[in-house]
Formats: sequence, C-alpha cells, structure tokens
Amino acid sequence: MASGQLLVSEKTAGKSRWVGPALLLAAGVYVAWRAAVFGCGTVYVAPADEGPTSVSAWEAVAGVAQPSLGRTIGVWVAALLTLAIFSFLYKDNPLYKLAEAVFVGVSAGYWMVVAFWTTLVPNLLGKLFPAWVSAGLMPGLSPEREDAWYWYFVPLVLGLMLLWRLAPRGAWIAAWPLAFIMGATAGVRLVGFLQADFLNQIGATIRPAVVLLHQADGQGVDWTASLGATVQALLLLVGVLCCLTYFFFSVEHRGLVGRASRLGVWVLMITFGAAFGYTVMGRIALLAGRLEFLLNDWLWLIDPAGLRPPDWTGWW
Amino acid sequence: MLEKLQHLDRRWVFLMMLLAVAVPMLADWQVPEKSTLLVRQTFEAIDRLPEGSKILLSWDWDPSAEGELGPMANAFVRHCCQKKHKMVFIALWPVGQQLIDDTIEKLIQADYPHLVYGRDYVNLGFKPGNEGVIKVLLTDLRQLYTTDARGTNIEKIPVMRGLNTVRDFDLVVSVSAGYPGIKEWVQYASAAYPNQVRLITGTTGVSAPLLYPYIPDQLQGMLGAIKGAAEYEQLLLEKYPPTHGEEVGKYQEALRRMGPQLAAHLLMIGLIVLGNILYFASRRKQS
Repeated sequence: MASGQLLVSEKTAGKSRWVGPALLLAAGVYVAWRAAVFGCGTVYVAPADEGPTSVSAWEAVAGVAQPSLGRTIGVWVAALLTLAIFSFLYKDNPLYKLAEAVFVGVSAGYWMVVAFWTTLVPNLLGKLFPAWVSAGLMPGLSPEREDAWYWYFVPLVLGLMLLWRLAPRGAWIAAWPLAFIMGATAGVRLVGFLQADFLNQIGATIRPAVVLLHQADGQGVDWTASLGATVQALLLLVGVLCCLTYFFFSVEHRGLVGRASRLGVWVLMITFGAAFGYTVMGRIALLAGRLEFLLNDWLWLIDPAGLRPPDWTGWW
Repeated sequence: MLEKLQHLDRRWVFLMMLLAVAVPMLADWQVPEKSTLLVRQTFEAIDRLPEGSKILLSWDWDPSAEGELGPMANAFVRHCCQKKHKMVFIALWPVGQQLIDDTIEKLIQADYPHLVYGRDYVNLGFKPGNEGVIKVLLTDLRQLYTTDARGTNIEKIPVMRGLNTVRDFDLVVSVSAGYPGIKEWVQYASAAYPNQVRLITGTTGVSAPLLYPYIPDQLQGMLGAIKGAAEYEQLLLEKYPPTHGEEVGKYQEALRRMGPQLAAHLLMIGLIVLGNILYFASRRKQS
C-alpha cells in the first residue's frame, strides 16, 4: 500500500514538473503572437524641434509617426527584466540573478558618468581651467576665470587624497579628506536636526489647548470647527506628554506615571499601525505601476489613456 | 483544513495579491475620490499663486517609485502649466534628470507646446551633494548651477533672470522618495528661512507618516502616497478639465489605480483577519 502511494506521488510529481515550463511556453507563444500580429510593445515617435518625441499610435495611423526600434527594444527589455525580478517570488533563479547584476552594474556606471559630467567638469575643471573646458568639453560654460578660482585646488587635492586609498601604500592619506567629509556632514546635519526636529517641534507643540475659530463670514464663533480643533489640540498635547513619559526612565513607571506611560505605548502603536498602513499602500501602488506598464505599454491588453485604436487592444 | 491553511505556501498569497491588483486593472474598476483638507491645502498652494509665479520643482526620486510618485509629478506639472507658472526643475537624485526630461517630453511638449524651453521652464539637472546642494541653493544658486542640463550657460536662460537663491522662488515643490528629499528641504531650507521658503511635497507612503509633524509650519502641503495623488488629480480635473479625450486617461493615473488599491487592501485585511482566526483556533486546539 505504502509503495503504491509512493508510486502515485512520484507520477504526480513527474507530471507537475512540466506544468511550470508548459505554462511559461504557452505565455511566451501568446506574447510572440501578439507582438507579430498587433506589434504590441512598439513605441512610435514623431519628429520635433528637440529631436524625435514619443507619440500615441493614433499619430502612426495618421501617418505622421513611425516605430522607433530603440525605444521599442527599451520597452521589451524593461518588461523582461521586470518579469525576471518578479520570478524571485516563485524562487531564486538565474534570471533573477542576471537582472539583479544588470541593475547593480548599470547603476554604478550611471552614477560615475553623471558625477563626472554634472560636478567634476562644470564645478571643478570648469573653475580651474574654464577656457579649456569651455572650448572642448562644455561650450555653455563661461571661459572667464572667477576672482578666487585658486580655492578650487583645495577640493581637487582633497579628491586626489581620497583616491589614494586605491594605492598599495599610504592608504592613511585618504583618512584626512574622509575626516573632513565626516566632520562637515555631522556639523551640517546637526544644525538641520536641531532646528527642524527639535526646536521647531517644541514650538509646534506649545499651542492653545482650547481653540476658538470664527466663521468664514467673520460673524461669531464656528462651534463645530472649534470643537474639532480643540479635540485635535488636546490629542496632540496628551499624545506628546504620554509618549515622552514612556521614554522617561528616571522614575519607576507606577501609578499616574505608569498609566501615562501605557497610554504613550498605545499612541506609539497607533503611529506604527498608521505607518504600516501607509507602507502597504505604497508597495501596492508600486506593484500596480509595474503591472500597468506590463499590461498597457508592453502587452497592449488595456489602454486606459486611449493611446491606440480600440481594435489594437484586447486579449485577441 | 486548519493544518493546511497554517502551512499555506506563501506563494499562494503572492498569486492572490497579483490577481487582486491585476483583475480590477483589466476590468477598469475605479472608485470615486473626495479630497481631504491636506490635499486641498496643497492644491491651493499652487492655485492661489498669481499667474507667472516662479516655482522650483525638485525631482528627488527615481523610477523605483514611479508607481507612486509619477502621477503626483505629472499632476504638479500640469497644474503649473495650467496656471502659466514659470518652472525650474532640479534633481537631488541622479536619475531625476532623466525623469525631468521624460516629464518635459511627454507632458509639457505634448500637451502645452506653446510653452518654450528657457522662457517658461528649464531643466537644471542633477547635482550630487544631497543636503549640501540645498545649502548652496540657499545662498547662491549660480555658484552650483553654472549651466542647465543641456549645457547652456545659466546667464543666457531668460527664466532664470532674478533667481539667485531658493528664497527668490514663490514656492518649492519636492517630489520625494527618501533621502535626500523633502525632509532635507524642511531641515535646511524651510527651517532656516521659515517666512521666505514655502514648501509642498508629494511623497511615498513610507515617508509620509514621518512628515506629518512638519505640517503646517515647516511644510505647507503634502500628498501622501497614491491616495494623495488621486485626490489631487480629482481636484485638478474638476478645476481644469482636459480639452481632448487622450488627456483624460493620461491625467487619471492615480485615480484608476485606486480600484486595484482597494481590492488589494481588502485582501490584506482578509488575510490579517484569517491569520488571527487561525492563530486563536490553533491555540484553542492546543489547550
């Protein structure tokens, strides 16, 4: 009996092994058919003053736009990479690893190029050697030197010292500019937090507990709005005091202090719940954004913005 | 049954979530939106400014937050275009520059072709330095931005005339996905110059709860996550109805995502309730 059951489960496992690949194959055939028949995923461009711009398929129907091979490939690559990342939800696999590696590599390369062209060229080389940079690299820059241009040697030297850590000897030289960065960052951030998150928050909490609001026409007090504003002010006051009590460890949390502390915990829990709710909303919005890209831009199964003739959109 | 549900493969939950979002999307299921006070205040911050006001739009996000922030960014820009405000775009995130180009191409050039680059709007691009960029912008914008993103000298761009610091702008709008973003704008711009820098933001669901303490003194308006974006789109569509059909769908991105959002939230609530029932049932069974 036991061996019979084992045989049946082995047979079932053998069959189910083919279910996933068969489904994937069917989906691939369907997508290929849609691409061949409807041209789904195609991006159309029309000439404009500032170079070709993406337009709707209606412009192509009217004969003023044509398919862009580069942008179409972009949509297909984006769609396939999205699916590769989603595949991790099933289980870890080489396609996911490939998409992850592409993302990391492209990001690093992009950062380097952007930093070079947006900072090193205009803000360092352009200040030290403006005529050279203006003539050869960035024509928009002024070829004139500023009065105190030589100060820009300081960041140049600090930058070179920072790169010294790549050298086999004298890595300690990089510690000096790093110390400068840490000190300056800590100082800048301290002032920001002190002002916005400490002093101004104290100011924002010290408000009248009873609020009287006037009606829009200035005739008398709006009691409903006043009641709402007063409840809000009292909630804020009680909430802040109770939360602070919870984090006040110099006194044992018993009696009145204990009750205030417990209320503080409730306030904190409600805050965490609200934050969690917001996070869920955010994550679902991201999923919806990605699915809309797949269903609309790539597969043309939906067309919420009416960018294509109706018979181009749909399952068949 | 109890045993089976307790050991349910989590991939079934993923599949259910996928269907909860995809099915309403395929069925074009939408829910009506009513604006809340905070969203109305954010809307008014742009709407009450006189025509031609100068607005700094800081694109502090990247494509990973497109699902949430893309609709907000489009709504802010469309609002500015409708009000004929002058727009100066910057980015504190490196990919922000490409997102600005995308907004300019798909929105401004497509639907507001009468607006001229350099005269009505400009893309100053990305600068690395996080909050350091904001600090410099507060004292001398031209020290950091010597050219726009296309390499044109900033002195030759008409829209930049008279704009030397952040304080010269009538409003700063930060579409923010994290660090550096709206928190840094509050800490270094609005806190330092409380009566001179007015700030509003559109931000992700993760960031939104942390920003409420800054409202209304240090932050004059906020759109929190896709819900805030949907309410803003509704206000915008009511006050400035699109002139042709294509635009209606284009500017309802957030509104049409609220249907899938509702279905997914109902699923989440159902799963949380089910999880609790299973927990108490298994405890009862054990005792």
